[in-house]
This record gives sequence, C-alpha cells and structure tokens, in this order.
Amino acid sequence: MSKQAKVIEIEEVAIRFSGDSGDGMQLAGTLFSDTSALYGNDVSTFPDYPAEVRAPQGTIGGVSGFQVHFGHTQINTPGDYCDVLVAMNPAALKANIRWVKPDGIIIYDADQFDAKNIEKAGYKGDPFLEEDVTGIQVISAPISNLTKESLKDIGLDQKSILRCKNMFALGIVSWLYDRPLEHAVSFFNKKFATKPLLVEANTKVLYDGYYYAETIEAFTSNFKVKPAEIEKGTYRSINGNAAVAWGMMAAAEKADLQLFCGSYPITPATGILEELAARKDLRVKTFQAEDEIAGICTAIGASFAGSLAVTTTSGPGLALKGEAIGLAVMTELPLVIVDVQRGGPSTGLPTKTEQSDLMQALYGRNGESPVVVMAASTPSNCFDYAYMACKIAIEHMTPVILLTDGFLANGTEPWRIPDLNDFPDIKVPRVAPDTQNWQPYARDPETLVRTWAIPGTHGMEHRLGSLEKMNITGTVSYVPENHELMSHIRENKVQKVARDIPPLEIVGDEDADLLIIGWGGTYGHLVTALIEVRREGHKVALTQFNYIYPLPTNTREILGRFKKLLVCEINLGQFANYLRMQHPEYPYRKFNKIMGLPFTVKDLKEAILRNLED
Amino acid sequence: MQQLKPEDFKSDQMVRWCAGCGDHAILSSVLKALPQIGYKHEDVVFVSGIGCSSRFPYYVNTYGFHGIHGRAMAVASGVKTSNPNLCVWIITGDGDGLAIGGNHFIHLVRRDIDVNLILFNNRIYGLTKGQYSPTSKQGSVTKTSPYGTIEQPFKPGGITIGANGTFFARTIDSTPKISTEILLEAAKHKGTSITEVLQNCVIYNDQTFGDITDRDNRDDRIIMLKHGEPMIFGKNQDKGLLMKDNELHVVHLGENGISEKDLLVHDAHTEFAGIHLLLANMDYPKYPVALGVIRACEAPKSYDVKMEEQIEVIHEKSKIHTIHDLMYSGSTWEVK
Repeated sequence: MSKQAKVIEIEEVAIRFSGDSGDGMQLAGTLFSDTSALYGNDVSTFPDYPAEVRAPQGTIGGVSGFQVHFGHTQINTPGDYCDVLVAMNPAALKANIRWVKPDGIIIYDADQFDAKNIEKAGYKGDPFLEEDVTGIQVISAPISNLTKESLKDIGLDQKSILRCKNMFALGIVSWLYDRPLEHAVSFFNKKFATKPLLVEANTKVLYDGYYYAETIEAFTSNFKVKPAEIEKGTYRSINGNAAVAWGMMAAAEKADLQLFCGSYPITPATGILEELAARKDLRVKTFQAEDEIAGICTAIGASFAGSLAVTTTSGPGLALKGEAIGLAVMTELPLVIVDVQRGGPSTGLPTKTEQSDLMQALYGRNGESPVVVMAASTPSNCFDYAYMACKIAIEHMTPVILLTDGFLANGTEPWRIPDLNDFPDIKVPRVAPDTQNWQPYARDPETLVRTWAIPGTHGMEHRLGSLEKMNITGTVSYVPENHELMSHIRENKVQKVARDIPPLEIVGDEDADLLIIGWGGTYGHLVTALIEVRREGHKVALTQFNYIYPLPTNTREILGRFKKLLVCEINLGQFANYLRMQHPEYPYRKFNKIMGLPFTVKDLKEAILRNLED
Repeated sequence: MQQLKPEDFKSDQMVRWCAGCGDHAILSSVLKALPQIGYKHEDVVFVSGIGCSSRFPYYVNTYGFHGIHGRAMAVASGVKTSNPNLCVWIITGDGDGLAIGGNHFIHLVRRDIDVNLILFNNRIYGLTKGQYSPTSKQGSVTKTSPYGTIEQPFKPGGITIGANGTFFARTIDSTPKISTEILLEAAKHKGTSITEVLQNCVIYNDQTFGDITDRDNRDDRIIMLKHGEPMIFGKNQDKGLLMKDNELHVVHLGENGISEKDLLVHDAHTEFAGIHLLLANMDYPKYPVALGVIRACEAPKSYDVKMEEQIEVIHEKSKIHTIHDLMYSGSTWEVK
C-alpha cells in the first residue's frame, strides 16, 4: 500500500481502545496485539472491563478498554499512559483521558458525541472544552456513519452493520502504526466460517478504516515500530490464567498423575477453570462445584484418591475455602489453591487487580495452619510457578497457595514455548508397593514428608481426617504432647520447603543504597521503573519475591546489604508488615497504591527518586 | 476371590458411640452388607463429615476419610470422580447432611454420582449435646428451643426426590436385617443412593421414633414396601394403601368391599416421582411410615461414568495428546 505521509521510526507505543462494553474493544485490541506480536514486536496488553456484562449504554460504568503496548525493545508492562486513545463515545473519553500522554493522540467517533451521549457521560457541553487537551492531537472521525456507508449495500441489518465499527477504528490505528491487516482477516475467516457475509463486512470495514486514515491527512506522519531483539525460538501469546492452567497440566504430565480441578466460577479466576475444562484431550477432569467450599472439598477428595488436585479462586472464594485448606493441612495431602487476587474486601472490585490477599493466604485459617505461599510475577511465568506449586505440593505433601492477580490473569505477552525437558522432575512420594506395616504418618526424617497411599492399593487401607492425628500412626489423638509435637512438625515441614526454592536475586546495582522490594505481579512495572531511573544516572536495585512462605534462604542476607529498603505493593503494606515480622532487624519503607489498578511507572519513579533523596 | 466375612471389614479401633446408640446397629448392618457387595477392602472408601455418625469410617477396615462439617458429599464426589472404580460410601447425619451440608446434598443427588449415602437421622444434634436439627419435629423442646421449635422439618425423601434423585430408601436402626437388605439394594444402584436410617439417640432424643418402633405397635404403624408387591401392612396384614382422589388412603381389607386387588402395587422403578414422593412423605399417625426401597429408578448413566466417556471421546478425536502438542497448537510464530 502506498503511503504519502512521512514515516517516523519509534521505539515503543501504547494504544488504548475504549468504548461501550458492547463496542468490541477487547476484540479490536486483541487483534492489534496479536498482529504486533506476529510482526515481531515485544508486546504486553491489559484489558480493563466492567463487572457488568452490559452496563447501561453510554455510561462511564459501561466503558470497556484494552491497552496494547508494543515495542522494538523489551516491553515489561502494558504502559501507564497511552500514545493513542480510541474513544468510541463520550463516556470512553471521560473514563480514559487521564491516561493519555500530554503529546498523545485521541481518535474519537464523532457520530457518538451527540447531546444525549455527552450528557450520559456527565459532560455539560463540548467534552473537548471541558477536558484539558492542550498538546494532544484530537482527531474527529465519523466512524459510525462511515461504517454504515461502507456496508450500505452489503445486505446486513443496521445493528449488525454498526457492530463492525470496531474494525473501522482498528483500520485507522493499523495504518497509523504500519500494521499488516492479514492476521485480522484470517481471524474473520475462522471466526465467521459459516457466515461469509460477516467475513466480507468486517474485512471491508477494516480496509475502509485503513484507507480513511491514509486519505484524510489528519495525521502528519505514520509510525514504524521495528521488530524487537528477542531470543530465538517458537513463540505464542499467552495470558496468566491460561499459563496457570498449562503449568498445572505440564506438572501432571511430568508427574504422571491425573489432573483434577474442583472449582467454582469467580472473576478473575474463571479463565483457569475454562481452560482446563477444554482439555479433556489431555484427560483433565474438571468438576464445576456448587460452591467454593465444594470446589476445594472435591479437590481434597480427588487428592486422597491419588489425583494431582487443584482448586482455583479469587479473594472471596479463598475466604470460603479456609476451613478446607486446614483439612488439607491436617491430612497432609497435596493440593494447589490458586488465588487470582482482585480488589477487596467483600465483593470489592471483581474485575480490578490488587495484592491484598497476602495475609489471608498466609494466615486466614483457624489454628496453626501453615501452607506454602508463592506468587507469579508475569503473565507467562504463571506457567513456571504453577508448575512449581504442583511440584512442591506433591513432593512435600502439603497445600500450596499460588497467588496471581487480575493484572497477570488477563494480561498477555509473547511467550517463548519452553521445553518440558528443562523442567525439574516431580517425584511422587508414593508408598513402595511391598512396604510392610506401613504407617500413614511415618515421615522422611529429612523432609518430614509422609507417604501417599492411594485407595485401591492392597494392604494400605487407612483413615485420614480433620481431627488431630497421632504422629506416625495417624490415628485420632487428644494427647496434649502429641498436639504440640504435630503443630511443630507441620510448621517445620513447610519451612523445609525453603531448601527446594531458588535464592532471591538482585536486578540492577548491587552497590546501590536503595533496594526496591516487590512481590508477585508488580515485577513488570518495578523493573521498568528501575531501568528508567538507572538510565537517568541513579544507582538502584530491585528484588522480586516469588516465594513468600517460606522465604528464600538468602533473604536476610540480601536485605542486610542495602541501607534503604522500599517495599512496593498494591495494598496497604501487607508484605512490608510480613517482612517486619520475619526480619524485624531492618527498617522498611513502603510505597503503596490501592486503586484497583497496576502501578504506573511514573508513580514508581517518583517514589524511587524520593526515597533515593531522603 | 476369597469370600470375606463381616469381621474382615471391622477395624481395630474401639467403637466410641454411647451404649444403646442406634449407630452400633447400623455399623453391624453395614459390616454384614459389605462382604456381599463384592468389592475388595482396598476398593472401598467411607467418607464422612462431622457429628456422631461421622466417626463411622474409623470403625471399618477400608479406606476412610473423616472430613469437615457438612462436606462429606463434596469430598466423596471428588474421590469417586477421580477414581470411578472405587466403591464410595458417605456417612452423614441430619445436621451434617441437611443443615450445613444441605447444598452439597442436593447437588450430589442432582449429579447422580455413583455413591451410596447413609443418612443417620436422629432428629437432633448429638455431638454438640442436644440442639434441634433440620429434621426435628415442629415443637421439639431442645437446648436451643426451650419453648419448642417453630421450624418446619425437612423430609429427606422429599428433598431427594425433589432434587431428581434416582434412589431413596428408608430403614430403622432397630431392624438390622432389613437395613442390610436395603443397603445391598443401595449398593447395586448405579447412581446416587440415599438411605435414610431412623436412628435413636439414647441420650438427647430417646424414643423420638418410639411410636413407630415400639414392638407392640410397629407393624401397624410402618409399611415395608417391596417392588411388585401390593401395599399391605398391619400386625394381621389386614391394612393397605390405595389411591383415591389424588390422595393416599389407609384402608382395611374386607371393609366396604375392599380386597387386595384394589390396593396400590409398589413400583420402585417407575420414573414417575409423584407416587414416590407421597410414599416417602407418609408420616404416623395419618399414615404408616414407609420402609424399604421407595424409589430405585433406572439411572441413565452416572456422572462419573459420563465424565470418563466424554474424556475418551474427546481424547480420541483430538490431535492434542501432550502438553507439547498443546503449546504448539493454534497460532505460534518463529523468531530466528
């Protein structure tokens, strides 16, 4: 295609598609993101959608957004602020204008900026007079009418025609960033295989949007983002929920166990259950239970019966599962509980991200009830940590809570497909078949791990249960000394997991004064802030915790190396408090946000610079 | 296979129920039934919740799981779904199974997982020492209802049938021979079987079923239902049940010209739940209380079997058989 405008090469771009939740913004964003990944850019995306399936049209509550960040260099976050905002109606503008860079571009559907929609969005008059758009290039495009015009003779009803307007917007942005259109077209062909009219309509509108952008001369230039320097290999795009599901399936395959997931749908964790439910070809069993409690209890039953059992949930569900997690602690059965954290308390902010379930994961149960707690830190490494959570649960005969969050769950990035041979083996602590006089609670003296005897095995018939167990024999015991002994054994057993986890690592300047401390899903933003602050000539280091209970064995030593420790997290300071408890000898500074949103690199940089100074 | 005896299924644990508790008799009925069911020790799993009855798994020499309050149905669902080759029994009570575990109870029945549930119904909370339960008669004076309960009780048969249950039976702790026969029928059923055992709590609710268990009168106050046989009961086998104006009526044979051919014939296998519901809900003094297999209709296929079959079909059709296949499926790209 010929281009008249001049082409400018740039390093990275963030684009936010936003509109009514029925406007197809998630699809436009996903197609743009996949196209960029196929083109060879590094990509990170984040959807921002309302909890309501269809909130009243045109209102702020119904705005759905999708941000794509892609670049020639490594991309670790979906980008705080966007270079381009596509606003399909006034509410989308109102909800998202705060995220537009001061020299950014706003493209809006002029046809939707009528008096009624302007009022619904809460504007009094012209939105572009009420908002400060100084420095921003505002481009008015009659997207709705041009879509109608484009499809007037195609033979579709008006409603179906207007559904295609997201592709007009995608066409505009595709021209602006020199993206090929083939991927979107091949997607239409697959998606609408039985409806050729829709393939034709979407394709036509996409191209018309593209040519419109080329023709109108509103854009002084278009931009080229060259492919990134990426490690060789085969790649695919993956989000955190799929990566968790796949990591667990990989662990089941490696351990040669059947994977069983007992779960109840809950935002933003449902994607894991959906992914697993689709994998009957890998013989995964999913049990959609009647509630959160049944979800975990079926998993415990399956674990007793010899499956690799998992349950998936989010904060409110973890609260409901608390008693049953204690049952898995008492019965010393392997179990993985995935908590995809969201804004709380109570129902809170179901579709928004937060890191506020940490204390609940660590301590939210009756009795002394230790479990392994770990956290993934990028969408794709959810695969690795889900795998490790299963490995630890099986090898140590213990429940493991894996924390991810709404940001990781829905965020996507390119993922170099790993080789399963590179993953450590999983040794299942089964009772040897010829064992005589087997005792359910006899343990390996080193690891304190008991062995797993599975119903169906002759001679190993035994009873497990929620009542306190006599050490070694596993019978019910009310002996005071035994309860104390067992409380220590359960605690020490989990502590000994520390020997199997990798040491904490430092990114950045080993000789800095300031160590930024993060855990879980904030890694991308923290490392981006670190890179930018260092680029500006400051010395600073970062460490990201993936293993929280137990902590890596070198934690104390690492913390002791730095003068200032700044714990950054999306809550009111739970990990800082936890570190204070574990290592009270160090002073901790805190940087916290709790807006239901990921950190912004801008806020983090300011916090880091502030803490470098005082 | 060597024929096992009831003693072979007894564990070495001391049985800790109160002397005179109905649970002893139920245990003995189960021990008698187990060798006849035909599973090996190691293939049998007893799962329970919390309460007096839930101590049961400790007393049988099979695999056992004593869970948390109300959740036996969920734990057992996981066991059976994970390994359908196991013979899974759930031991629960009126509090464990119908109050805190009520939700799991109806969903277990709805899914029709091939497990056998024995509901020990003593109309009281025994382990917590005497509070009313969801099956306590309205007006029951208990520690938490010193002026009598104002709640309507649940009827376990009604709940089971309401949840599209395919098997419901009832027995009394004091008729162990009948209990064993019924448990064998329950075990044979392919789907969820619910067996309600009317059980006496000698400490907190003694004689709650006294009016129907009393030796002198019980034959006039209970009716043993047998598939294919007319509904006759009474000490002298002179009473029966018939259907008139959409209602069950107790009639005397020989009176008003009524003979055996006018009586209802029990059809436990019919899918039609209406008659089963009426029979299951019969209560003394208006009616005799029905014992025996009230409903045992042919279940199409149990949940656990359907899951295995679905997996086989999809596995066969799909090109994806390893995680490697999965990771390379769909859209991928090469970076060289």
